[in-house]
Amino acid sequence: MQILLNGERFATDASNLDELCVKLGFAEAKVATAVNGSFVAAAKRGATQIAEADEVEIVAPRQGG
Amino acid sequence: MLELYGKRFASRMLLGTAQYASPDILRQAVEACGTEIVTVSLRRESARARTGQGFWALIEQLGRRALPNTAGCHTAKEAIATAQMARELFGTDWIKLEVIANDDTLQPDLFGLVEAATVLCAEGFAVLPYTTEDLSAAERLVSAGCAVLMPWAAPIGSARGLINKTALQSLRAYFPETPLIIDAGIGTPSHAAEAMEMGYDAVLLNTAIAKAGDPVKMAQSFAKAIEAGRLAFEAGLVEPRDMASPSTPVAGTPFFKIDHAS
Repeated sequence: MQILLNGERFATDASNLDELCVKLGFAEAKVATAVNGSFVAAAKRGATQIAEADEVEIVAPRQGG
Repeated sequence: MLELYGKRFASRMLLGTAQYASPDILRQAVEACGTEIVTVSLRRESARARTGQGFWALIEQLGRRALPNTAGCHTAKEAIATAQMARELFGTDWIKLEVIANDDTLQPDLFGLVEAATVLCAEGFAVLPYTTEDLSAAERLVSAGCAVLMPWAAPIGSARGLINKTALQSLRAYFPETPLIIDAGIGTPSHAAEAMEMGYDAVLLNTAIAKAGDPVKMAQSFAKAIEAGRLAFEAGLVEPRDMASPSTPVAGTPFFKIDHAS
């Protein structure tokens, strides 16, 4: 299945957002997520299905003004 | 003491964490100026680089309150989702809300800003909106639940200083009880001092310090200017006047003749 991960095309067989995060090595990482423009809380990642062409954002702390 | 959303701060200087030459220079600048609030952001995390994980460790070391922003958001929807991600990521309800209208000026989109602020305040966020000096927008933001306003002095990163002083004075006069923080466009310590002399409650800085020749020394300079400006405001400035007024007593002036007095 092809999704858009952080703005780039990405192939994955992860069935839900939590599985995708684990596969990417973010299981214990300081990250937050959104799917198709809406925030998905960490506790709800396992129940959030990933579908073809979904737009997934995985973000982390960064410098800011 | 500066009080924002029920929290009290000795320092009236907020410092951005971007654009420093190294994490160590950022750390030294934070320590040199004594800021208690540092602004941060969130960006896409690469599974390979994991840049954000190292930055998070630095923020924890700094031990300051982190104020996440929604920089780069162009719609209320983007800003709301970014704020929600930031709340989980940084463990804080505080959000520096930015909804940007134009990439050249980085001017706030006041309509999107009010829309996002309304939603986020209702969700329990402590919203610190990056706004302009526009009074009607300020009224809408306060009505939405914003207990702090952060008007720009000039476009972000422009170092122009207070380009619309009259409007900033009006904003201060219209909102005497609301903490007002100058958020953007400050270039020199004298700009910051001027804002504080006008009665602004605090100043948020980033580029003017991070891009200075010596950011650590510049951070100290701004801290002193902000403190000096605040002291001056508290002391009460004299009113400017058009004609001269002698400071030395006139009575008893040698060679004084009554003709000179007319």
